Amino acid sequence: MALPASAGIGFKPQHYEDLTTDGPVGWLEIHAENYMFEGGPRRAMLAALSEQFPISAHGVGLSIGGEGPLDPAHLKRLRDLMEWLNPAQFSEHLAWSSHGGAYFNDLLPLPYTQSTLATVCAHVETVQQYLGRQMLLENPSSYLAFAESTLSETDFLTEVARRTGCGLLLDINNVFISAVNLGMSATAYLDAYPLELVGEIHLAGHEEQTTPDGAPLLIDSHGAHVADPVWALYERTIARTGPRPSLIEWDNDVPDFATLEAEAARADRILRQRLAA
Amino acid sequence: MTQGTFIQAVLIPDLPPPPQIRVTEAATRFNVYRNNVVVSLTEALQAAFPAIAQLVGPEFFAAMGGEFVRAHPPQTPVMAFYGAAFPNWLRGFAPVAALPYLPEVAAIEQARREAYHAADAPPLTGEQLARLAPDALVTLCVQPHPAARALRTVQPALAVWAQCIGVPDLARETPPEVLITRPAMAVQVHPAPAGTASTLFALANGVPLGEALGDVNPAHILTCLLGAGALANPKVFPCPT
Repeated sequence: MALPASAGIGFKPQHYEDLTTDGPVGWLEIHAENYMFEGGPRRAMLAALSEQFPISAHGVGLSIGGEGPLDPAHLKRLRDLMEWLNPAQFSEHLAWSSHGGAYFNDLLPLPYTQSTLATVCAHVETVQQYLGRQMLLENPSSYLAFAESTLSETDFLTEVARRTGCGLLLDINNVFISAVNLGMSATAYLDAYPLELVGEIHLAGHEEQTTPDGAPLLIDSHGAHVADPVWALYERTIARTGPRPSLIEWDNDVPDFATLEAEAARADRILRQRLAA
Repeated sequence: MTQGTFIQAVLIPDLPPPPQIRVTEAATRFNVYRNNVVVSLTEALQAAFPAIAQLVGPEFFAAMGGEFVRAHPPQTPVMAFYGAAFPNWLRGFAPVAALPYLPEVAAIEQARREAYHAADAPPLTGEQLARLAPDALVTLCVQPHPAARALRTVQPALAVWAQCIGVPDLARETPPEVLITRPAMAVQVHPAPAGTASTLFALANGVPLGEALGDVNPAHILTCLLGAGALANPKVFPCPT
C-alpha cells in the first residue's frame, strides 16, 4: 500500500483497540527499532494493522550522520523488518546516535561541511542499496550550531537528495524549533527548502524553556499538541506543495486516542481544503 | 571536532561543552543533549524494571540508573532488551548489597521482557508427549520453547516481585527456581522445582530428555515444563544415536 496524502499518527500499542479505518487516521507510522525482535504481541498487532493501514517505517537508530561506518548488524535487522512488514515508506534522520559501538538513544547533531556531506551521502546510498528502496531523510531539531559548518541545512539536504536520489521528510516542528533556538527565520528556511522532494511531513508538539539570559529554548518533546505557529507553517507549506502524507507524532505523555485523532483531524482538514482549492 | 569528543562531554557533566559550538549560552543548550541521553536511557531502564524502581524509589533509581547507563550504554538501538546487563551489575553495586534478592528480582523482570518478544511457537503438550512410547521418551530430544527462561533465585525474589507487580497468587511463593514462559501471547511466571533451569539448559544443548531431567524429581520437573508451555512442539525428534 502506498502512503496516502492524508493524515497519519504514530502508532502506540495502547491505541490498538481504538483504531478505525473510517476516521481521520489514514495511515500509521512506527519506529522500526520498536519491532526488531522475533515475535510476541507487538509484532502480532503490527501484522494485523498492516492489513488495514498503510504503514510508514521510521528509523531512529541507523546513525546516518555518524562519522564511522553504518552498523552492519543493525542494517540486517532493518532489512529483516522491511522484508517482513513491506512498509509503504522508510525514513531516517540527519543525525547520529551511535559511537564506538554504543547507542545513545538521541538524535545528535553534526556540522554541515563537504566532509560530513560526503559521509552522509555514502551512508544514504548504502541504506538504499541494501534495502533496495528509496529512503526519506528528515531534518533535525537543533539546539546549537557548529563553528565549522560551511553549508546551510537546506543546502546540505538538497545536495544529499541530488547525489543519492533519496526523498526528504520535512519535520515542520523541527524547522520551527531550530529557527527559534538558532535565531533564524522558519519561513526563510522553508523558502530555501526543496519542497518538491517532500515525501512526508511531520508535525509534533514541543516544550518551551528559557536560557539564563532570557532567550527562548524550545525542546522537541513530542509530548504536547502541535503549536499554533507550527500549524501556520504547515498550512503555508501545504499551500505550496499540495497534499502530502502528514504525521502527528506524540511519543511522550501519550494522550488518549480521541485527543490524537482530533489532532489528525486538524491536519486532515488542512489537506482537504488544499485539495478543494 | 570528533563525535567521540562530543559524546564524552554529553556523558561527563563536569566537562565543559565542546568549544566548537557556536551559540550563546552554550552550556544550557548543550545540556539538552545531556538530558536527552542520560535521562532518556535512565527512564527506559526504569520502565523496563518497574519492580526495582518501586523497591528503591524513583530518586534512588534515577541516581543508580545514571551510573548504570554511563557504564553500560546500549549496544544496539533496539531498546526492548536494553538492561540485560543490569541484574548482574546490581550484584556488584555496593549501595544495594543489603538487598541480595534485588538482582534476582531484576533477573525475573529481564527474563519476562525477553519472553515477551521471543519467537512465537506452539508449545509441546502433555497429550502430544503421551502419544510417544514411554521408552522413547527417555531418548527423545526436545527443544526449549523460544520464550522459556528458568532462573535459580535467591529468596524471596519471586514473592517480592509478585508483591511489587501485584500478582497475589505468587506473593507467598518461595520456590527454588522460577520458570517464565509465553506459550501464546501472554507472559506467565511459574514457581518451579530445583533442576528446572539445568534441564532446560541441557535440552537446549541437545541432551536427550531422560538424561536432561536428571535423577532428582524428574516427573515433577517434566510436569512443570509441560504445564507452563516451556517445551517446543515442532522440535521433537529422535536423538542421533
